Amino acid sequence: MNTFRAIVFSSVIAGFVVGAIVTVIQHFGTVPLILRAELYEKAAHHDHAATPDARDGVAAAHSHEDHEHAEAWEPGDGFERNAYTAAANVLTAIGFAMLLAAIFAMRSGNAGGRISWHEGMIWGLAGFAVFTLAPGLGLPPELPGVPAAPLLSRQIWWVLAAATTAGGLGLIFLRRSLPASIAGLILIVLPHVIGAPELDHVETNVPAALSHQFVVAVTMTSLTFWFMLGGVTSAVFARLDRDNPETLPG
Amino acid sequence: MAHTEATHLPVTASRVSRLPQSLMAMMLGLFIVGFVGFSHIDVVHNAAHDVRHSNAFPCH
Repeated sequence: MNTFRAIVFSSVIAGFVVGAIVTVIQHFGTVPLILRAELYEKAAHHDHAATPDARDGVAAAHSHEDHEHAEAWEPGDGFERNAYTAAANVLTAIGFAMLLAAIFAMRSGNAGGRISWHEGMIWGLAGFAVFTLAPGLGLPPELPGVPAAPLLSRQIWWVLAAATTAGGLGLIFLRRSLPASIAGLILIVLPHVIGAPELDHVETNVPAALSHQFVVAVTMTSLTFWFMLGGVTSAVFARLDRDNPETLPG
Repeated sequence: MAHTEATHLPVTASRVSRLPQSLMAMMLGLFIVGFVGFSHIDVVHNAAHDVRHSNAFPCH
């Protein structure tokens, strides 16, 4: 199997496995918090008194017509919504696995050796730092119903934080020289010195305790996701890449 | 297993192609993540809504 196919196949396999597991974790971890926050979000749209009681909330959650995004299609609550969440999780996992497997291909290609699943998990940890930790410091995981700066500005900052952190970590851990390490550290700190876009004044009736719980749930789910993705992708990739004529020890 | 001289040459030649293939796969992976997590298309946003929030991708 050539390199590209080995990367894609191992990513698809790892993506299905890890995406499915993470969907189950989210189902009990983050999704219930999102649904609860949506009750507050919808209550605010309804111009009800500040806090909805639970029964009102459940009724509101099912009347999607009142939602601000009502013009566009959205999956119905329950099975349909969960199915789309699972599909999106699998796709996201496949995409991120391709980044990891591509790195494994480059690393094992250069060294002529194989990436172990343990080394894969360390690369997973790097993915967690790049895609969750760094962007999350400036833009903490947010629940629905919490107002935030314009979407595009936050997306640009998010991508900037992820890119500079990836570059910075690469300079520090792959170059292993003092100047490169200093440059790497500056790169990692840079987006946080610039600062993430935020609103001057945020008013929400989503309780702070719920938001805090969500930050913890997202961070831990993501850490689990990246460890699993790193381990599984490297194990499957090493297997598919074993008979690659491009990497036979020379 | 012993490797003969003959197997060495093509290996060295094709190892060069490993980098572009890896970079291509990387672009594809970034495209998939970008489409699922960063799309401004309402329907895509709504379908992946809970995943965007759960992954701390910017949403709404």
